[in-house]
Amino acid sequence: MSEMDQKYAELRQIIEAHKDWPGALMPVLQAAQELFGCVPEDVQKIIAEGLGVTLSEVYGVATFYAQFSLRPKGKYIISVCLGTACYVKGSQSVLDKLSEELKCSVGSTTDDGLFTLQATRCLGACGLAPVMTINQDVYGRMTPDQVPGILAKYRE
Amino acid sequence: MENMITLTIDGVSVEVPAGTTVLEAARKAGIHIPTLCYLKDINEIGACRMCVVDTGARALQASCVLPATNGMVVKTNTPKIRQYRKTLLELVLSAHDKKCLSCVRSTNCELQRLCRELGVEDGDAFKGVQNEYAIDDVSPSIVRDNNKCILCRRCVAVCSKVQGIGVIGPVMRGFKTAIESPWGLKLNDMACINCGQCITACPVGALHEKDDTAKVWAALADPDKHVVVQPAPAVRAALGEEFGLPMGTSVTGKMASALKRLGFDKVFDTDFGADLTIMEEANELVERIANGGVLPMITSCSPGWIKFCETYYPDFIPNLSSCKSPHEMTGAMVKTYYAEKMGIDPAKIVVVSVMPCTAKKFEAARPELGHNGLADVDVVITTRELARMIREAGINFNALPDGDFDSLMGESTGAAVIFGATGGVMEAALRTAYETLTKTTLEKVDFHAVRGVQGIKEATVRIGDTDVNVAVCSSTGMAAKLLDSVRSGEKNYAFIEVMACPGGCVNGGGQPIVDADTRAVVDVRVERAKALYGEDLEKPLRKSHENAEIKAIYRDFLDKPGSHLAHELLHTHYEKRPLYKD
Repeated sequence: MSEMDQKYAELRQIIEAHKDWPGALMPVLQAAQELFGCVPEDVQKIIAEGLGVTLSEVYGVATFYAQFSLRPKGKYIISVCLGTACYVKGSQSVLDKLSEELKCSVGSTTDDGLFTLQATRCLGACGLAPVMTINQDVYGRMTPDQVPGILAKYRE
Repeated sequence: MENMITLTIDGVSVEVPAGTTVLEAARKAGIHIPTLCYLKDINEIGACRMCVVDTGARALQASCVLPATNGMVVKTNTPKIRQYRKTLLELVLSAHDKKCLSCVRSTNCELQRLCRELGVEDGDAFKGVQNEYAIDDVSPSIVRDNNKCILCRRCVAVCSKVQGIGVIGPVMRGFKTAIESPWGLKLNDMACINCGQCITACPVGALHEKDDTAKVWAALADPDKHVVVQPAPAVRAALGEEFGLPMGTSVTGKMASALKRLGFDKVFDTDFGADLTIMEEANELVERIANGGVLPMITSCSPGWIKFCETYYPDFIPNLSSCKSPHEMTGAMVKTYYAEKMGIDPAKIVVVSVMPCTAKKFEAARPELGHNGLADVDVVITTRELARMIREAGINFNALPDGDFDSLMGESTGAAVIFGATGGVMEAALRTAYETLTKTTLEKVDFHAVRGVQGIKEATVRIGDTDVNVAVCSSTGMAAKLLDSVRSGEKNYAFIEVMACPGGCVNGGGQPIVDADTRAVVDVRVERAKALYGEDLEKPLRKSHENAEIKAIYRDFLDKPGSHLAHELLHTHYEKRPLYKD
């Protein structure tokens, strides 16, 4: 069984386990997001069929919550805080620099699938403003000129 | 004895059963609370906040979802509430295209009316970014224009809750929220059954029928074309509403006159086609019962239902009657029997059907519904589109004298006219099947057990010395329920009538639109059906096989029901359809 087939089999098990719960759609979507890294069309169709809800409902929930992504995300997720403190301290210029370096717009993923660039609300580390995170790593007091060096580390 | 509670609304004391909402209690007290997203029994979600009232609580409450409690004191009309509602409308307008002058729903729009009634002075009170949406007009039946959508979700509720389909829903969130099909697909790429119930639920012009009146005008203006029109049974029960007549007024005679004034070369009647359908369908039922054919047999007049069956319950395709629907049968006869008799080249004939239905537009375009490369029906317009044409032509509808349909395919019986109400096809078929099977006269032609607007009706009819179990249902949501019970073996019927729209064709997606305020107090299905059952009673003949023109068409052309020629021209086949397009 290929890795993908295994994931589909696992998804079907998850659906089976949640099927009779009221409000099963949320936990199943969360599990699918975890499993596949996103909830693409075929996964949503399997969920709709399995839970006996319409694709409209699945898609509606998947697009409502920011935690779900319709397309695969990059290996590294770069989040730049645009909260008040970070913004005032110039996080927009950091974000712009990242976008320029990665040749990718905010909210999308680089062609090589390595990075997803996104803007976030306050991360709660205002003392370090402007803040950016790459997966679990936190970078404080960011300036645009630090960007190429940091990205290089992840490209290795 | 129901548990009654008493509350005071704007100083009026009112007693209602526990569980009643404040909105309903106010209605009982004669107090009108404006609503926008509310559609009785279908969409009661408190989303738009138009119906807010003051109960002394910290915030204003949406009365459509607020249960009345004993001793509650409610105010519905304070300066604060009026300002709140007005601001709310201004905010709705800030994201609306406001192109009222060219909107199909102008003067029949709930948003427009509320703005007028609640005194909105400035449509541009809030200026900001406006979403721009492409119009989805790929479907042969339904056009969606999200630039006019106010996100009330009435269409979503009727599609998913009533029809059990759910091909549209809210996507994204916040300012980006839109009512759409998933993955940005067009309605036509979804398993939409084209019923148009979303259109009649829409308070504004965000959903409307695909307008085909231009095709009709063009045909009428073409001297080379012989244009034949036929209106469906349910049209006569509702067309009058478009001209201010009370709901339930039958306008058969005026409609026939109007069609002649519009310039159609022949005005036939789909009621004739309905009688013809009964001849074929009753014969098919009798044959299936006699020869051990697939039962239950299920009616095939409703194209929304047919597409629903093909898509969602394909295992029931063998159960579908092979009969074409009445207007398709009439169309097929116009291009063969009539063309032959009159010596007209069928290629020069344009058959226009006036239908209470948007799914008929899809049906008419089915490639299998034709003969010798010619479609049985060329253009389908809805009741609303016919009204539009009558207005555009400057015809004073209410002043028209009663006219008649043209002979050859203009005569009909009471059995045909009730096709437009749920249970009507069943009743009509029973009247004929009874006499065919028993070779005796049916004295009591009224089958009351199959009438009425309940979602599912069952009856056992004694025909000769056999009991025949039948069922009637309307709305595809109810059809799903009924078919599930047949599939599981829980229920056993010989014959089932299904209509895709709740209440049958009288409440079809192409009928005049009735606003939510009226729908809260009047059952549209019941009122319009009264017009049809009234006509049935007054008809000298009430059984399809007694129709003289039907007798003539079998004598001169078709031979007998189920004949080779009848099969070639009046019957069809169905195909399994995918839930999603690849």
